[in-house]
Order: sequence, then structure tokens, then C-alpha cells
Amino acid sequence: MSILKVENVTMQFGGVTAVNNLNIEVEEGRIEALIGPNGAGKTTAFNVITGVYTPTNGSVYFNDEVITGLTPDKITKRGIARTFQNIRLFKNLTVLDNILIANHLRIKSNFMSCTFRMPWSKREEKQMREKSEMLLEKLGLSDLRNEIAHSLPYGEQRKLEIARALATDAKLLLLDEPAAGMNPSETMELSSFIYNIRDEFNLTIFMIEHHMDLVMEISEKIYVLDFGQLIAQGTADEVKNNPRVIEAYLGVDEDA
Amino acid sequence: MIEKVENKRIRLLINIFLAAIFVAVIVLLDTKKIGDDYIRRVLNLTAIYTIVSVSMNLVNGFTGLFSLGQAGFMAIGAYTVALFTVPLQVRPNVFYMVPQNPIIAQIELPFAIALILGGLLAALAAILIGIPVLRLKSDYLAIATLGFSEIIRIVCTNAKSITNGALGIKSIPEMPTMWVFFGVAIISVIIIYLLINSSYGRAFKAIREDEIAAEAMGINLFKHKVMSFAIGAFFAGIGGGLLASLLATVDPRQFYFTVTYNFLLIIVLGGMGSISGTVIASFLVTAGLEVLRFFDEPLTLFGVNIPVFRPGFRMVIFSLLLMVLVLFFRNGLLGQKELSWKVIHNWFNRRGKKKTGKGGVA
Repeated sequence: MSILKVENVTMQFGGVTAVNNLNIEVEEGRIEALIGPNGAGKTTAFNVITGVYTPTNGSVYFNDEVITGLTPDKITKRGIARTFQNIRLFKNLTVLDNILIANHLRIKSNFMSCTFRMPWSKREEKQMREKSEMLLEKLGLSDLRNEIAHSLPYGEQRKLEIARALATDAKLLLLDEPAAGMNPSETMELSSFIYNIRDEFNLTIFMIEHHMDLVMEISEKIYVLDFGQLIAQGTADEVKNNPRVIEAYLGVDEDA
Repeated sequence: MIEKVENKRIRLLINIFLAAIFVAVIVLLDTKKIGDDYIRRVLNLTAIYTIVSVSMNLVNGFTGLFSLGQAGFMAIGAYTVALFTVPLQVRPNVFYMVPQNPIIAQIELPFAIALILGGLLAALAAILIGIPVLRLKSDYLAIATLGFSEIIRIVCTNAKSITNGALGIKSIPEMPTMWVFFGVAIISVIIIYLLINSSYGRAFKAIREDEIAAEAMGINLFKHKVMSFAIGAFFAGIGGGLLASLLATVDPRQFYFTVTYNFLLIIVLGGMGSISGTVIASFLVTAGLEVLRFFDEPLTLFGVNIPVFRPGFRMVIFSLLLMVLVLFFRNGLLGQKELSWKVIHNWFNRRGKKKTGKGGVA
């Protein structure tokens, strides 16, 4: 069953068509990837899925329900969480606070009972803290819980951003270039990290990535985007040998 | 480990001791054993400034909304208290130019109820203007809220049958004790402190840190912004109501937008995002302006009249002090931290280290 379905989505900004008639189906429980040269419209596609932009045409389905036109916070509540290309943590807050904030969307008490520390709000707060601590524990971040987010090393910040997205109880995780700026050994570590969280949290993962080694190694299906058009899709081997993909990445020899 | 527990106990004792001294001083002042009316008045004003500044810090420092509408919300609170607490029999004397609106002219409320009503009306106004205006960001929001605050003032000047226009409303009953001001101030600060340290407070901080990320984490930006804005307005309205009863009179000129700058100054000085910093800065600014008054009086030194000491010179000194403070404490006195024994301890340690470091070089 497909958990995410992007159907005939077109996104235009004035005269520029960033994404043209895009069709994607992400199967539940899998790791799939979206690749393409710079400016191909990958992040725009993510922004359409997460509600940052409303597409000019077409619709997005999550668990067979239409989510086009919903605001990003409502889409996150449904179970899609994302990370950003250039890390967007709550920089001046602690690691634990970053995770706790991602729990806020499920809060039941209103601001009055939270302010006056009513018993039921206190219980809710306690559960929130326990859940967050457990998540940090699972992801190996619990030693850092009281550190300020921007003081963490780069790799840990990436990890924290993923942890924060998980804290929203997401079913589908969208990763926008999770390995950007990482060295080969960090990238290796990341790929096993992605595998682990997928299994541990029963996730579906859809990611944009430039590190071909990482993409080829872990994705079960790859979509290739060029100038807003989907030019190829399939397994790593299929995509690697597709002449249109080679053309998009390397260009064609004019003399040939 | 045992030392730590000891330390904690000692700190708790010191805290209780300091709180007791504070209470004792206020009780002595209140029963007129020490101080005079002037000091009492300045301290009461400090308490009011604390309420309004902390409420402004909730909006500007914790939620990251650059709002300059505080004077307008204070005006709503102040006029509500003024309208409903002036005794019925003196009202014809107050409204001698234009008779008061016949419905309002029959209503007199106890101070506490009028005060809360003022806060609620200010919050309602905040929700109404917040719905269109909170879609704006940074400087645009500042200008829109500033405009709102001016509109309120102009309405107060012109709605003569309700607000008595430019004449203002006099004969507002005064409060018998300082505890009205300090009690409300302490309660307000505690409530805002608890709010900021709850899940909603964390959501406000997330919006300040990064709106896009906050929304992607499922926080409804609009709802939380309106909430913070309205709560800030509620306490500004309460502060305005207290101001009306402290001065026993309200008129539109008290709520020029320049008043908002005083609060802006206080929160920048105390630290955007620090409640204790705001409380300290409220005291420093309000009391400081009074202490510096001797600069306004002519000074003769060794038979020579020092020419710069004249009315207005106090503001020059005050502005200079501010510049120095902002230059050396760019994030305000406390930045985003709260005052605690740990902060004080670290501060002294750091200073100590700096000194020994310098000695080494010499």
C-alpha cells in the first residue's frame, strides 16, 4: 500500500515551473529517494508535500486522504515530519527542549491548566518528558540533553533534527539532504542510523540526497527529477544505467 | 554530594531571608514607619512598570513578535478602571463639559472587578487586532501595533461622552495600601513565569527561534501568536488599571506611544527573554530616572555655577548610561538567562579568572 501519493502535481512560481506533472508513490515501510541535479525542484516537491506551498495543480494523498491545501502544522499532525536542507533547530534551546517542543502538537490541556499546573497537565507534562527522554536514549543523544542545540557538533545537530521530527510521532519521515556536509565515515554512520530508526519506529522514509553512495546503498526505489520533470524511477541499478539520468547528470556530447 | 545538599539548603535559607527582608521593607513603608509618600509612589510605579514590562517581554522576548502596542492596551485597562470606579455621586463633577453616557453613568464596580475587566477588554482588543495584524512580521508588525496604540489614544481623546475627552477622568479612588500594587505585580510575574515554563511557553520560544521549523513541528503559529499577544495585552491592561488608581486620574496624554518606548527600553536592558532581568531593569529605570533628578537642579561648586546642571540634563546622563550599558551588555543584563545563584556564582568566578589572567600577563 502506498502511504504517500503525489498525483499530477505542478508547481509554478509566476512563469517558472519548478515542478511539472510529478507523480510519486511511496510504499509503506520502505526507504525511497528523490535525486536530481541542482535546481531540479526536489526541495519544492518536499515543500508541496509538507504544505509550505499549495500546488498550482494536482493533489497529494497521505494514507489515501487528500492533504493538499492543509497548513504545515496540520500535515505534521497527520503524521508527516521533515528535516531541512540547512538545519533548522531551535538553536538557543536545549536538546531536551527541542524534543519537548515537537511533543506539543499532541497536547490536550489548554494554556490555563498548563500555567496553573493542574494535576492532569502535570501528568501530561511528565509523560511528555518521559517519552522525550526515552527517544533521546534510543538515539544515543541522552548525554547531550542539557546542551544548547547550536553548541552540538554538526553530525549531532543532524541527528537531533531527525530525533525532533520523530518526536512528532510521524509515520512518514521526509529527509532533505541528511548527509549534506558530512564526511564519508559520518555518511556511513548515517546510513545505518536511517536503517535503524526505520525498523525501530516502523517508519517510511523518503529523502532527497546528493551522496550517490548513500542513495544507492539504502534506497529501495529512486526517483530522478530534472528541470521539474520526473525522468526516471526504479531501483538503484535501473536508475544508474538509464541514459536519460546519465544525460541529466553528465550532459551529452555535442559531437556525438 | 553532601556539600551540594548543604549548598542548596543554604541558598534556600538565603532566598527566604531575602524574601522576608523584601516583605518587611514593604510592610514598614506601607505602615509609614519609614520613607515618605514620594518613595512609596516611585515604588508603586516600579511595580506597575514591572507588570507591563514582563507582559511585553512575553510577546517580544519570548514569542519574538516585535509589538509596540503596549501603551494602547494600558489605556484600555486604565480607562476601564477609571470609568467604573469613580463614585457615582462625583461623576457629574468629573463630566462637567459633556454628560457621561447614561448607561455607563449608572454602573459602579469594585476596584478588583474593574481591574480584571480592564485586562479582559485589553485582551479582547488584542485578539481583534491580532487576527489581521499578526500575519505581519518584524518591523511591519511593530508599525501596525504602534498605529493601533495611537488609534486607541485618539479614540479616548474624542469619545467625550465615554472618556471625557482631553480633560481626562479625575477622582479615581486611591488604594489604601502598597500591597495592591506589589501583590498584583508578584502574582502577574509568577503567572507569566509559570506560563513560559509550560509546554505553551516552549511553543512560544520555538516560534521565536524559527517560525518555519516550529510550524513543521506541528505548532499552529497563528493560534499561539494570538494567545501570547492576548495574554501580554491582558497584563498590560492590568498595569494600566493600577496606574489609573495610583495617579487617581487618567487622560489620553499619558498613553502617547513614547510610553511604550520606556517598556521597550526596560526589556532590552534587562534582557529579551529574561523575566528576572526585566524585573531588575524595571526597578533600575524607574528608580534611576528619579535618582538622577539632582542633575536637573542648578549646582554651585566652590562658588561657581556649573552651567550644564539644568532641567533636562538628567535625560542626557540617563541616555549616556544606557549607551554604555548597551555597549557592554549587548544582550541586556541577563540575556535569556534567569537570575539564580548559579548565574551569580559563575559571574563572580569568571571575573575572578579574568583578573588573575591579567595579572599573569603583567
